[in-house]
Amino acid sequence: MAESLQGLSIQAALHEAQVEFVVALPDIVTCEELLWPITRENSFRLVNVCKEDEGVSICAGMSYAGKRAVLLMQHTGFLDSINAIRVMGMDYQLPIVMMIGLQGLEEDRAPSESAQNGVRIVEPILKSMDLRYLILNDDSDSLGISKEIDSAYQAPHPLVFLVPRLGKIE
Amino acid sequence: MTIKRDKALKVLAQHYPNGIVVPVYQAAFDWMGIRPHPLNYLCTGAMGQGSSHALGLALACPQERIVVLDGDGSLLMNLGSLVTIGNQGPPNLLHIVCQNGIYEVNGEFPVPGGTEVDFASMALAAGYREAHAFSDLDSWARSLPDILESSGPILVGLKVTVGEPYPRDYPAIHSEEARECFRSALAARRAD
Repeated sequence: MAESLQGLSIQAALHEAQVEFVVALPDIVTCEELLWPITRENSFRLVNVCKEDEGVSICAGMSYAGKRAVLLMQHTGFLDSINAIRVMGMDYQLPIVMMIGLQGLEEDRAPSESAQNGVRIVEPILKSMDLRYLILNDDSDSLGISKEIDSAYQAPHPLVFLVPRLGKIE
Repeated sequence: MTIKRDKALKVLAQHYPNGIVVPVYQAAFDWMGIRPHPLNYLCTGAMGQGSSHALGLALACPQERIVVLDGDGSLLMNLGSLVTIGNQGPPNLLHIVCQNGIYEVNGEFPVPGGTEVDFASMALAAGYREAHAFSDLDSWARSLPDILESSGPILVGLKVTVGEPYPRDYPAIHSEEARECFRSALAARRAD
């Protein structure tokens, strides 16, 4: 059985990708295992935002100076930020890197099969926006994070990581 | 009493000829005519996002002063950014809000609260280091040099009316050329 995705593995991958800033709103999927440790350990420069579309624009501004950032948010925040992501990601092709927790996803289902409307529509929206995305299903998937972020900044293009669940499964 | 916006911006251009500016919508159109410059960050994309782009630049480029030329209708769409900026406290950020009480490029319909909204008080309550409000050109012109020397974040509310009309060049504020121009100019500036 594959090992569940770990917050420490994500942090290591972000460091490897030379991410300097974490821009975030708390998300129930990633808060305990990722956002709180980042906050306590001061391992990245943390920018707490009041709304997710702020974060999209903050990451955009940083990208012009060559500074790498990751925006942590819940899928509801993604849905609320579609217009900002449309402009900065699709129209301007800026390297906006987003890590989106899929709050409410059932343990035995893929995101596209969720009974939760808000979760189920995320992948179709990403596809229709032609945004590159990866689902981090288990810890081995974290090994690809750094390379994907490098590619996003070099291209440049926006990038989404979907996080179905994080930490040990009870 | 109000200030003609173009006159207010000409004062800014006089005292801040070569720095980074993030102008939005009508202020952007005016600013492009008054101070065309490769360090104008024109592509803020979505209405209300100017202050957040500016914060990203301010945090990424702490050695540079960043001036954002916001609008009242725009800032009302992103009021939380005041708290985010106040919380981060970038000393290099000057946030100017051109307050005319209308959505000027969208039919001149009144914004909620009109010209009575007190952005300076909001900014102070949100954690900005300083805030000012000006409704006459002389006071603005006298105070600006000191404001530009002060540590931020600072918000300046300018009560403005339409001045000399400048063309609304929408393709320019969304153009790849504008983005590449700014990116290159910023890289050159940081390499100096």
